[in-house]
Amino acid sequence: MTGAPLLEARNIIKRFGGIEALRGASFSIAPGEVVALMGDNGAGKSTLVKTMCGVYRPDGGDLLFEGRPVHFDSPKAAQALGMEIVYQDLAMAPDLDASANMFLGRELTRSGAAGRLGFLDKKEMRERTRTALASMQVQLKSIDAPIATLSGGQRQSIAVVRAVTWADKLVVMDEPTAALGVAQTRAVLELIGRVKASGRAVIIISHNVPDVMAVADRVEVFRLGRRTARFSRSEMTTENIVGAITGAIATEVAS
Amino acid sequence: MIAQTETSFASFGRALTGSARIVVILLLIVVVFSALRFDSFVSAANIRNIGMAASILLVMAVGATFVIVTAGVDLSVGAVLVFSGVIAAKVMAAMGGEGWSAAIAGILAAAAAGTVWGILNGMLVAYAKIPALVATLGTMGAAQGLSWIIAGEDLKDVPMALGDTVGVGDVFGIPMLVIIAAVVTIIGGVWLRSTRFGRHTLAIGSNLAASREMGIPIGKHLVSVYAIAGLLAGIAGILSLARYGSTTISGHATDNLSVIAAVVIGGTSLFGGRGSVFLTAVGVLIPASLENGLIMIGLNTFWRDVMVGIVLILAVYLDQMGRSQRR
Repeated sequence: MTGAPLLEARNIIKRFGGIEALRGASFSIAPGEVVALMGDNGAGKSTLVKTMCGVYRPDGGDLLFEGRPVHFDSPKAAQALGMEIVYQDLAMAPDLDASANMFLGRELTRSGAAGRLGFLDKKEMRERTRTALASMQVQLKSIDAPIATLSGGQRQSIAVVRAVTWADKLVVMDEPTAALGVAQTRAVLELIGRVKASGRAVIIISHNVPDVMAVADRVEVFRLGRRTARFSRSEMTTENIVGAITGAIATEVAS
Repeated sequence: MIAQTETSFASFGRALTGSARIVVILLLIVVVFSALRFDSFVSAANIRNIGMAASILLVMAVGATFVIVTAGVDLSVGAVLVFSGVIAAKVMAAMGGEGWSAAIAGILAAAAAGTVWGILNGMLVAYAKIPALVATLGTMGAAQGLSWIIAGEDLKDVPMALGDTVGVGDVFGIPMLVIIAAVVTIIGGVWLRSTRFGRHTLAIGSNLAASREMGIPIGKHLVSVYAIAGLLAGIAGILSLARYGSTTISGHATDNLSVIAAVVIGGTSLFGGRGSVFLTAVGVLIPASLENGLIMIGLNTFWRDVMVGIVLILAVYLDQMGRSQRR
């Protein structure tokens, strides 16, 4: 890790009413790195990620993007810097096809008068969808079918490709393999590898130790609203990770 | 080669269970009545009758298609039609009751009155978070009641200029009402299928939370959708006034159900996310041609209600089956 981290959170505090969800949480990820964010339910993983991506505003602490302090007042502000979240529910419209979902909320319109009336450039969107899917080696049964007819793994893949298409720096995935079978999980893990190969950093929130060990460069473990352990690739063992999640191991003391 | 055949077979099957089945049903109805009473059912005069009977309902059903695609519903359309007609009649009477200037003022008044009710429906659904069924049931009652309060009795102040052209007039032998309904249908159909507005309408109905997460302005969009439904109910109000020469305040109590039935028969899903304005037009024509044909063959028109009921339930059943197969 040379140079500034891509994204760094320092001592973030986030309260919901009287509950302190993040109590001085720190996190960092370097450009092009795959970092797994692990921890028990309620450890603050999702809250941290949503705070880093502008969904929530922190009550304390600092966020640094490429070494500079940033204050996101909306998810759009984080997206503008090249960050996207793949939500656990995928944020997809099941009745629409892959291309409509890729461009959901960012539809391309035709040029000229038709465009000003809001007419969609379906051909261009379809073509770009095809290219984006191909670049990540994702194959669909049909690009024109409503995505409800596709498998869970294929839907997850479209969501990841969509995030990659709009984010050139960082993709966050919330439990990307939680709902998938063995073969589909493998396909999504391979896809994460290709996202890394494309130069983007990836944060994976996960409970699944084998999945994390298969793709992550590092692990940061959260417990009760703050980071309690960090493991490099060589320290990543099931014992270490499970120990840290349950609180038996702590490599960091609260600052 | 074999795979090729299988694919085309499968797509043929899908088409038949999908949107095309409703066109097939309409064709069957036409074929049956034509076989029984060819001269009268297929005559130009009769096709004209069916078209005129269907056109006012169709204008409302175009708006209802947008609403139902968002997984909403608008029960107020019939009452808003009546209210808009009353306001238009009042305005036209105030303008002297005759001539094109009065007629145009009436058209604008009806459109504005309908749009206001639509915006109110949209605000109640999108911002006050009142279920569409309840919100539009409330505005239905309010619009109907206010119509009686404002009018007192059915108003008949319709300029001849309006009645003779829009109401019963023809252009190249085609009734003006049918032309207006066709234009509304084509614009609505293309709008839903090919524009960003239409895409967002489908997306909101398919997955509201996802649409919000992806930055679609949900509240604003829903208000626009209900406003369109209101505007079209207002236009239907002036069309009805032009055709019947009266505000027919008590004559539209079940328009909302007829409109919803037409939209659903046309294959638009009550669960949102899927639908077509063009198939809604087919859904309007089915009850219209059934009614007409049953009169021709001398059967009581109550049989139409029975048959429309059966077709409606069948349409929703097939939609449910399609969904459970996919999920």
